[in-house]
Amino acid sequence: MIGPVMIGPSSSHTAGACRIGLVGQQLLGAPVSKATIGLHASFAKTGRGHGTHLALVAGLLGYAPDDARLPRAFEEAQAAGLSYTFEDIDLGDVHPNSALLRLEGGGQQVSVLASSTGGGVIEVSKVDGFKVSFSGSSPTLLTRYADAQGIIARVATLIAADHINIATLTCAREKRGGDAMLCIELDNALSGAALNFLSVWSEMKWVRVVQPIMDTGTIIDTGTINASFE
Amino acid sequence: MSSGITLDSIMQAPSPASAWVLATDSAESGLDSEVVLIAMRRRIAEMRDSIRRGLASSAPSITGMVGWNAQGLWDAPDVLNAPLLKRVQAYAMAVNEENARMGRIVAAPTAGSAGTIPGALLGVADHLGLDDEQLVMPMVLAAGVGKAISRQMFISGAAGGCQAEIGSSAAMAAAAVTELLGGSSRACAHAAAMALMNTIGLVCDPVGGYVEVPCVSRNAFFAVHAVSSAQLALSHLESFIPPDEVITAMAQVGRMMPLELRETAEGGLAQTPTGLAVTARMEGAGVNG
Repeated sequence: MIGPVMIGPSSSHTAGACRIGLVGQQLLGAPVSKATIGLHASFAKTGRGHGTHLALVAGLLGYAPDDARLPRAFEEAQAAGLSYTFEDIDLGDVHPNSALLRLEGGGQQVSVLASSTGGGVIEVSKVDGFKVSFSGSSPTLLTRYADAQGIIARVATLIAADHINIATLTCAREKRGGDAMLCIELDNALSGAALNFLSVWSEMKWVRVVQPIMDTGTIIDTGTINASFE
Repeated sequence: MSSGITLDSIMQAPSPASAWVLATDSAESGLDSEVVLIAMRRRIAEMRDSIRRGLASSAPSITGMVGWNAQGLWDAPDVLNAPLLKRVQAYAMAVNEENARMGRIVAAPTAGSAGTIPGALLGVADHLGLDDEQLVMPMVLAAGVGKAISRQMFISGAAGGCQAEIGSSAAMAAAAVTELLGGSSRACAHAAAMALMNTIGLVCDPVGGYVEVPCVSRNAFFAVHAVSSAQLALSHLESFIPPDEVITAMAQVGRMMPLELRETAEGGLAQTPTGLAVTARMEGAGVNG
């Protein structure tokens, strides 16, 4: 409510856009070298005047919404070896402030669909085409794995053994026996040991933890961290 | 959205209301209240910095529609002999002009309404010679009032018109100024309610969709609006409609508001011949999409 501290002019079109980039960068898990950014509806229509394009690129560089380099993000991207293209895109019946990021870098690639819903708050709704639901307000574990019996129970047991509470959980799969994506918002960060343990399970194809980029659980927005994943 | 803080609960809390808000929020979030206070002190310092930069600059905004208003007022003679009024208006516009030129500001609760709370609260404090430490708890109360409003409605111009943004910031500021000047919890809740009820119906019709016109001057007006509300509440005037019912009414009006008047630039000031000419010029310059 008193925050975030941010570079203007719009909490939804600037700060929220930056946070979408920050989440995308963490989901890639490596410095972004190529980004194709699809802008939907209001992001496409009024984005330029609100610094939406700059803010998205700033987020991909790991800058928080209050980073003084945000207005120079295009120049900084060039120096950092990040190439980006923007396109207008119709994502159908999603929030008007939405973006589809397709990111590459460090031998990884990921696609992220997210919306900026107001006051700098964001909602991530798809990762690599799988339906997910998280806001980046608490540590979030995402895993893609070969669909099999008992995976959710095993992951939940591991989290419980770490004495961590699950806030929300979504799971979606391509088809029976295909890949599945599990997305779990946690009250506290998972230990490195638990994460390492999980990562070597034979079913696991991809594991990421998105560190909090905001905190909407309190009367203030406790601000952003520089969410570099490396 | 799930917060247990309402304007009625603030009204019934022991005075000062901010202490109750802080304790309630800490219990809900699990965050140490000291963490909240440290963050709030930083926010106040950031607000002050944005005021300083805004008053020192006359550089144009992204579109060139604003950028010199805060400094223009600040440097002008005080013909009304009303230094508080001038200070509150200038501070508010300083923050929003910084916002409009991609400067660093504190969203409170949004970027478009970021000048209201600094204008009213820091303006009054500077006028009376109070130091920033005295603003920390009133700022906590402001945040609690914002939380109470957000229980019932989305705080964005797209969802509820300008009333949702500037009405919220004015209500938050009104409660904060009231507490700063020794008002009871009851007075603070009524200050917020009176600020809200006199903002109901305000549409969001920014020229070209930019956060500039009327947003910059609107923050000057509603910072004053917040101070007016505090003045009434401190004199024990009250909102006839109970505070939470006022929020409900505002939320209802927001839902009834046509889409053209909710941050789409398809009505009102945005559709005036001058507004349309600015939009066409910016599109021609490639600034807008």
